[in-house]
Amino acid sequence: MVQKDLQTEPESLDRVDGRPKVTGTATYSAEYAVGNLAHSVLITSTIAKGRIKNINAKAAEESPGVLAVISHLNSPGVPGYPPAKQPAEPAPVGTAFRVFYDELIYFNGQPVAMVVAETLEQANHAASLITIGYEIATHQTDFEANLSKSAVALSVQRSKNSPFQDYGRGNPEAFDAAEVKIEATYTIPTQHHQPMEPHAIIAVWEGEDKLTVYDKNQGVKSAQGNLAQAFKLARENVKVNAQFIGGAFGSGIRVWPHTVAAVLAAKKLKRPVKLVLGRELMFTSVGYRPYTVQKIAIGASKNGILTAMNHEGTGQTSAYEEHLERTILATRAMYACPNVFTKYRLLNLDVNTPTWMRGPGDATGMFALESALDEMAFALHIDPLEFRLQNHADTDPERNLPWSAKSLKECYELGAEKFGWKNRLPAPRSMQKDGMLVGYGMASSLYGFHRHPSKARAVFSRKGSVVVQSATMDIGPGTGTAMTRIASKILGVSPGKIRFDLGDSSLPDAPGQNGSSTIPSVGSAVHVACEALKTKLLKLASEIPGLNLQPDQMTIKNGRIFNLTDASGGISLSDVLKYHNLEQVEVTEESKSGAERDQYSMYSFGCHFIEVHVSPLTGEVRVKRVVTCADVGKIINYKTARSQSIGGIAGGIGMALMEASVMDHRFGRYITNDFVSYHIPVYADVPQIDVIYVDKPDVHVNPIGSKGLGEIAIVGVAAAIANAVFHATGKRVRDLPITVEKLI
Amino acid sequence: MQEKPQGAGDPDDESLKSDQRLADRRLFLQQSIAIAGLSFAPGNFFGGSEAFAEELPLGDAEKVKLALSVNGKKHRLSIDPRVTLLNLLREQLGLTGTKKGCDFGQCGACTVHVDGQRVLSCLSFAVMQHGRKITTIEGLADGNQLHPMQEAFIKHDGFQCGYCTPGQLMSAVACVREGQAGSEDEIREYMSGNLCRCGAYPNIVNAIMEVKNNGQKV
Repeated sequence: MVQKDLQTEPESLDRVDGRPKVTGTATYSAEYAVGNLAHSVLITSTIAKGRIKNINAKAAEESPGVLAVISHLNSPGVPGYPPAKQPAEPAPVGTAFRVFYDELIYFNGQPVAMVVAETLEQANHAASLITIGYEIATHQTDFEANLSKSAVALSVQRSKNSPFQDYGRGNPEAFDAAEVKIEATYTIPTQHHQPMEPHAIIAVWEGEDKLTVYDKNQGVKSAQGNLAQAFKLARENVKVNAQFIGGAFGSGIRVWPHTVAAVLAAKKLKRPVKLVLGRELMFTSVGYRPYTVQKIAIGASKNGILTAMNHEGTGQTSAYEEHLERTILATRAMYACPNVFTKYRLLNLDVNTPTWMRGPGDATGMFALESALDEMAFALHIDPLEFRLQNHADTDPERNLPWSAKSLKECYELGAEKFGWKNRLPAPRSMQKDGMLVGYGMASSLYGFHRHPSKARAVFSRKGSVVVQSATMDIGPGTGTAMTRIASKILGVSPGKIRFDLGDSSLPDAPGQNGSSTIPSVGSAVHVACEALKTKLLKLASEIPGLNLQPDQMTIKNGRIFNLTDASGGISLSDVLKYHNLEQVEVTEESKSGAERDQYSMYSFGCHFIEVHVSPLTGEVRVKRVVTCADVGKIINYKTARSQSIGGIAGGIGMALMEASVMDHRFGRYITNDFVSYHIPVYADVPQIDVIYVDKPDVHVNPIGSKGLGEIAIVGVAAAIANAVFHATGKRVRDLPITVEKLI
Repeated sequence: MQEKPQGAGDPDDESLKSDQRLADRRLFLQQSIAIAGLSFAPGNFFGGSEAFAEELPLGDAEKVKLALSVNGKKHRLSIDPRVTLLNLLREQLGLTGTKKGCDFGQCGACTVHVDGQRVLSCLSFAVMQHGRKITTIEGLADGNQLHPMQEAFIKHDGFQCGYCTPGQLMSAVACVREGQAGSEDEIREYMSGNLCRCGAYPNIVNAIMEVKNNGQKV
């Protein structure tokens, strides 16, 4: 199966950092060999709300090897923290949690103290000797029990142009008047990113006003800015390194309190400090996909035309800070429907602040919308795919703009053909195999196009090698591989002679790796930088007498410049530099969006077809087959793209079938706090997956015609699985995850 | 039983083996006590000697001598008995290729080979490895020549972020050696202890199948 896929794109590059990753030489944040390193562990609150009465750290401080116990009682302080009480303002409404700031407790698992010692063993032991007295206040952590307290976010109330304002188009009575109606509530529990690499940092003060961190994050530039602001340092005096990131899926977009804690400790001790979060702390320290309840009401005509879609979503946030996501936004753009109304609400609870997790908002919202579409198709006795085709949006119904490109119909066609959708018998429980109930389900997918200003530097050196640099990231998708491919194609230099540098805040500006924006943004910057470098090299070559190189005939291939009419002539790039007595030729270019943003509506589209087998006895669900098809414009490197799509499906399988962070509300504390209690997909849960791309450049979005892939890979997957489960069993599960007790 | 482990021997030396057994036994007892607490330790298990119990290296005061081989290199060490094999490799020997994913034996990222068997290094105290031969990801390739499984992982793109990869590779090699890579389903079953959040599972299965089917020496 794989062989066939590889043949589809024989030029696909192996991952450029494959060798360091398979030999164990790739260096992740906690692994830098820094001298005189002290080790630290965090101690976190065991209550959800209240205040610290006392911290007894005497025994810990006297324990062998201990260098310091740090808490709000003796923290050197973060000069950039706003002084106001929490919740404070301004936007995002509230204030990011301030570590070791005061005695107040906002959530269970809040960092309250830190032990720093010569070794990790000493730090861990000393941490066990600390006792903390609390004054407990009544907490509210139960989303369902507090749902009636949800409200329009304060930040939305203050921003008339917020996309989260109540939205409406058409007739508000349309749903009531519809010929066929369905109305349902969908629930997604809190789910956690849980990348395999725990968040980690080594903080090194190089002087009073100079900081270097080796930190796990998704944006070295944003981390640099954030730390410079927090510690009142000149931006250029903060250096952030993050060359290898062991997955993140959104958990590394922000600079979290533990990072600041390690920097504080290093400052206090005047020596480098390492902090690695234990897996348990990964549930309370780096955000999560928020608990979300959605109500959807859909009306349609008897012949299957959508007449009304009302979508309300309520998401969880902390008591001190607002976090909003796109939950209800997809519904406005996904289908051609004249009457659409959406509302978005937030519920503040005594928990830590959620954050973006792969496909943020859209993975959540499209679970509800695409489940509801399936319910309506069933009610109408129309094939679910046919129903979607009947309501295809040929232009963006929300903004009344043409799509920059949209090949969703082609995705449906390619996916359905590969999957064998036509073999689906419409009635639930009508298909069986080997004593198992067989279900075919499908769902659409979309994700908005994000492109941010980005810079790249490209350097050709006389030795014949190219270095391309940008302060972008690789949390796993293969950024360096894709960028190498872009540079190689433009410069006519083999990939083996190109090095791409990333993950270093001293490199040219680039956005963090999030929102599927890396290829669209940084890929464009690499493209324009390499084009500029090529122009420069061609010009230098054309100035060499005797070669007779014609500006309109010149090309570069295999490291040589020649006239298209005379492939045997020309000159090597190295010799061009030698002739001009140059060691290297360098360019730095910026690339950003222009007026096209107002002329087109820009999205990626796709769909997933999934076959599940459900045991009629135990209710166990097995995903047996997946065909996923995406239209994300031009595919830069098929091999790594395919892996990213497979990863999205695996994430979607977890979201649909097993992932749920369960809290004991008596204590406001997660009882799922490791991989035994919080289940993520294992080998046995993920079958072979067929990945199809339309692979047509979207000429309106950027110079490379390519949109991002990370998010669209997961958006819609949970719905496709839920729809397949309904088809297999006749049971509609609207509360994720779809576990056995909901099916028997 | 009351002797200290000699500890300064050559792991390949036969004369070390009896020391090793002694050390293993004693260290197993230390570990049991550290975990269970003294009050639960049956007295006669230690020959009924209360005095002996008091000599046990509890707390952080004592260093224990240890000799072991890592990727063919012999190490003579004096270590805190609380140090896990994983932390020894990562924090003291500079072998950071072995990864800490959960520290509770639930994710497989820390998988190494101990005398040829796959072992979760986070669940094993370093002092339990006295006299043993450890192979980590850094020792899998033959110099610059990658192991066939490493080649296959690159070819089939059996990873994304790369963090679980060393553990996956060590398990994959063991899986083939154990004769448990006969089919895709068998591989899925015997590799399910190694988690990958990026979802590279299908690609890894293909990599293992290829190595197995090519009959390459692993």
